[in-house]
Amino acid sequence: MPLLAVAFGLIVGAVLIVVSGDNPLVAYRAMLEGSLGGSDAIGRTLEKATPLVLGGLAVAFAFKAGLFNIGGQGQLLLGAAFSAWVGFNFDLPAVIHIPAALIVGGLAAAILGGLAGLLKATRGVHEVISTIMLNFVAANFTEWMVSRDGPWKDPEGGAIARTPLVQDSADLPRIAGLPTGFLVAVLAAVSIWWLVNRSTLGFEVKTVGSNPKAAAYAGISVTRIIVITMGISAFLAGLGGAIQTLGVNGRFEPGFQTGLGFDGITIALLARTNALAVIPAALLIGAMDAGSTLMQARTNVEPEVINVIQAMILFFVAAPSVVRWILQLSEAEDVDTGVDLATGWGTT
Amino acid sequence: MSDRGDPVDGTGVGAATSADQSGFERPGEVPLLEMRGLTKRFPGVVANDKVDLLLYEGEILGLLGENGAGKSTLVKMLFGIHEADEGTILFRGEELKPSDPGDAIDKGIGMVHQHFQLVPPLTVAENIVLGAETTRAGGFMNRRAAEARVRELSRQYGLDVDPTDVVGDLPVGIQQRVEILKALYRGAELLILDEPTALLTPQETDELLAIMRDLAADGVGIIFITHKLREILAVTDRVTVLRRGKSVGRTLTADATTESLAEMMVGRSVVLSVEKPPREAGEAVLSVNDVQVRDDRRQLKVKGASFEVRAGEILGIAGVEGNGQRELVEAITGLRSIVSGNVSIDGQEVVNRPRKVREMGTAYIPEDRERDGLVGPYSIADNLVLTHYYEPPFANHGVRDFEEVDKKAELLVERFDIRTPDIHTPVKSLSGGNKQKVIVARELSDDNTLVVASQPTRGIDVGSIEFIHSQLIAARNEGLAVLLVSAELDEIFSLSDRIAVIYEGRIVAQRDPAATTREEIGLLMAGGEVREDSAA
Amino acid sequence: MTASAPPLTRSASNLNSYVARNAKALAGLGVVVVALIVAYRWDGTQTTAVMARTVREAAPLILAALCGLVGERSGIINIGIEGQLLLSAFCGFMVGSYSGSIILAVVAALAVAGLAGTFLAWTSIRLRMDQIIAGTVINIFAIGATSFFYVPNRTMATIPTVSLGFLSDVPLVGPMLFDHGPLTYAALVAVAVVHVALFETRWGLRTRAVGEHPSAADTVGVDIFRLRYLNLTLAGMLAGLGGMALIQSAGVFNRGMSNGKGFIALAVMLIGRYRPTGVLAAALLFGFFNALQAQLQFKQVFDIPPQFFGMIPFVLTIAVLAIAGISVRPPAAVGKHYEKE
Repeated sequence: MPLLAVAFGLIVGAVLIVVSGDNPLVAYRAMLEGSLGGSDAIGRTLEKATPLVLGGLAVAFAFKAGLFNIGGQGQLLLGAAFSAWVGFNFDLPAVIHIPAALIVGGLAAAILGGLAGLLKATRGVHEVISTIMLNFVAANFTEWMVSRDGPWKDPEGGAIARTPLVQDSADLPRIAGLPTGFLVAVLAAVSIWWLVNRSTLGFEVKTVGSNPKAAAYAGISVTRIIVITMGISAFLAGLGGAIQTLGVNGRFEPGFQTGLGFDGITIALLARTNALAVIPAALLIGAMDAGSTLMQARTNVEPEVINVIQAMILFFVAAPSVVRWILQLSEAEDVDTGVDLATGWGTT
Repeated sequence: MSDRGDPVDGTGVGAATSADQSGFERPGEVPLLEMRGLTKRFPGVVANDKVDLLLYEGEILGLLGENGAGKSTLVKMLFGIHEADEGTILFRGEELKPSDPGDAIDKGIGMVHQHFQLVPPLTVAENIVLGAETTRAGGFMNRRAAEARVRELSRQYGLDVDPTDVVGDLPVGIQQRVEILKALYRGAELLILDEPTALLTPQETDELLAIMRDLAADGVGIIFITHKLREILAVTDRVTVLRRGKSVGRTLTADATTESLAEMMVGRSVVLSVEKPPREAGEAVLSVNDVQVRDDRRQLKVKGASFEVRAGEILGIAGVEGNGQRELVEAITGLRSIVSGNVSIDGQEVVNRPRKVREMGTAYIPEDRERDGLVGPYSIADNLVLTHYYEPPFANHGVRDFEEVDKKAELLVERFDIRTPDIHTPVKSLSGGNKQKVIVARELSDDNTLVVASQPTRGIDVGSIEFIHSQLIAARNEGLAVLLVSAELDEIFSLSDRIAVIYEGRIVAQRDPAATTREEIGLLMAGGEVREDSAA
Repeated sequence: MTASAPPLTRSASNLNSYVARNAKALAGLGVVVVALIVAYRWDGTQTTAVMARTVREAAPLILAALCGLVGERSGIINIGIEGQLLLSAFCGFMVGSYSGSIILAVVAALAVAGLAGTFLAWTSIRLRMDQIIAGTVINIFAIGATSFFYVPNRTMATIPTVSLGFLSDVPLVGPMLFDHGPLTYAALVAVAVVHVALFETRWGLRTRAVGEHPSAADTVGVDIFRLRYLNLTLAGMLAGLGGMALIQSAGVFNRGMSNGKGFIALAVMLIGRYRPTGVLAAALLFGFFNALQAQLQFKQVFDIPPQFFGMIPFVLTIAVLAIAGISVRPPAAVGKHYEKE
């Protein structure tokens, strides 16, 4: 069913491309070439997919506790900014420097996410509202940190708001030709899968997500689990930002990667909130992203078409009945997306 | 009217034949309602199997049956919620096929649902006119006209309500009157009351029965759904008994007895009392001292309750729902913070941490099993370790051991006779009785000293009720202290060694079941005069 | 926070009870009026500028929040308001730009946002999709589609402000209330219209019933699904007006120009406790902070980095929700799919 959803998303995208006067086959071929044609293209796809794996994991893991972390963007910015700070400000051996920068970035984001969790658990502030508000706060905060009077401003940057480049010792290398960041992301996915399915903490998270009253009855502190879940979820998003900074950009500049929070939602749902399935889902979106540049160069198709395709994929994943109806399939058993968000609206 | 010889469905239950009863049918008179061979199938079950039913104008028909016998399905077909697969409904001699509730209402059928269909934030008048509003030009509400009409109806039928009250603030008994008025406002000639007495005090029940008689005297036909035999005998003119979807008996009430009805309902002679050997109670296990607790809306709901439960006894707390039972139980089990006073178990003070209380030796069967006691999508196995998943042998250092979980689950499914194909079946697919058995198995299989059981048999079948009752008695016999909270007086009387009555957050009396009567307890539950405690 | 309607003040006793029930709101209004007079005496020009801007900034928020309010009062969460604003601003702009007709622009904006509302109702009723996800679909689609079809460097005619005669000459009050673009007036009128419709009409009674207890409405023959389709479409049109309000003064469309206003509108709706008058007050508060920030920055009154001012509305939202959040009770049936038996 997810594959069908992707197919339908691409068809809708093709219609848009036709409307804007281009040939969708040429466009999609360019997209394919730009994402999978040759080791450079594949490297670009993996690079694009890395923050998407982590963003998707962030959303998927929060879903397990019935929480909708829509604040991936802000958490990623904090992760990126703080890892950049550790990266340029300290002089350490690489084996310490890289993990330290990644972890500090993740933790900065975790604090932001944990705050949203705390507000939800103790004050009943819905996390959709609070995480979005915190996105704006984080964007303003990080922008100020690297602005004219900000403490992390690159002194050589002139009028450009950015941090200095990170030290070489904080630069993410490639291992066996693969970007280290991608390996970290895969490791994170495996860890989250294990956490959810094998550990008592995962059991607690799922119990809170399925039935918070029963969780309290079973002696689980719902408040604690909500804060921890939001913290871990935000940590993952922050880690995504840190990897992007240390492995790709080399420094923090405000406003990069806009819309990542939304990508994470699509990926998490495409993967049906399964942590391992997040990897292929992220690779798919990452490939579209990586290929869209070549597509634009060859056909003048705006790269934003992939946003529309993603919206359509999300729609078809969440509404399997539409896909069945289009294909005139018989009424299969209702596929559970594993997500039930709307009923928690406004209540603690 | 029925041209079939024997409307009884061949189960051979004696007292139920109707054809030979004088007065069962009234030749020459068109019945208000007649159902012939009504059948409704759902995937996997036949909810109603060729059900017949007969009712004349101004009569009250009792529709009797256990939970799941098909009473609700039957009236839902009449009210246009379900469509019958077979059979016909005749209303005043004309075939009735309501397409939806709106259609049924137009035809003169009114229904008071078990779960009230009232919108709490709206006023009485707004609730009554909803869907049939009188408006001025432009769709503006004519509030005054609505209120006047409600007052008029209220006077006409002696159903006292204030149309400007907000429904959510009214007691259950009054809300029910609003429901009845809602049906009358729409010109109901046939009124269906689905388990209307389930949430009422004995006094409110009496008032309702009186209202029903008045309505019948005014010519309204009433279908009264209940599983309480006493109410059937008190108010109805005729009875139809359903069992497993079939109408197993139809009779005039005058020809029925408690025993004959009970036997028809359950299909075998029922032991209405539970075997309970006498036993000396031991030391106090649970002591509750002047406890005050707030509800979710931060209102003081338990206002200074005090009592003890001793080892080897069952203390039954009787009371109408909503008098602080839920808050009291949640305070005892550590789920809710205590405002003042204290609770102790074996001398240790209870704190607002459920896991701590559990580890002090408390088992807890919660009032709302679906909401509080089970995780629907989880397997039976996971639900059976829901309170112990974190400790050995089910987990070591935060890593779960699924082999141990399954081993335990197999054992409990066997021992507590949980009917399921597999321990990995999601618990939400079980029947109500089996769900409750999962909870009981989990709670009563541990080494505990106190059992808190809140409404442990609500809404489940007789077989499961008997099983759960026997388990609670067994716990008591083994020397556990059992706190039973129930709104069912039958349950309270058949299980308790002592009875305490809760009213508006206070324990207003404690009685020895042998030295009190249902009437006295009923009166106390309704806030009636409190005499000196005889047993406290 | 009962949903029962405040009766129209027909007599003195009614007036008294009205005052009694709304004591806090009236007291708050009094404080605001006094503060405005004091501020005006202190610096008339600045105060007038800030307050006029407050109302202007509040307008799209009011319309967007009313969109959310009507949806939730009917039992459907709408987190796609952001997308509805963006889509309607874009379509309104494009139609206005190519046709030169402001009327057509408004019609296009209403149509596309209304359609998005219908879509939301459809996904929820027919597809039983999670409403939060459905709203997210609208948001992502809006970002993608409006960027994809974006044409740089186009402009449309700005919508002129309409001064209401002598009223606009009244000091402070005139510029504040009677010298605005038509969509700003539309926002203020919409508050009154939604309020009266919700509490004084048959539609309002049924809508509140459907949002609180759909099966109660269903069993008395109210067509829940039809009402939800209708309401979500109408609500979408309110957001459509909101989208037009975003572009009315500048006459340009920028990518992502809704800039989170649809989400802030949700917060406005919550802080306004699902009441139109509450929405008005909360939106004005947000508008005020935005206006103050802009004015202070413009005048360089304090040496505070602009980013910190930028944070104020968001931090404020969280703070207000954290303090007031507990007492906000959403309509009981919000977010739940209605199972027709």
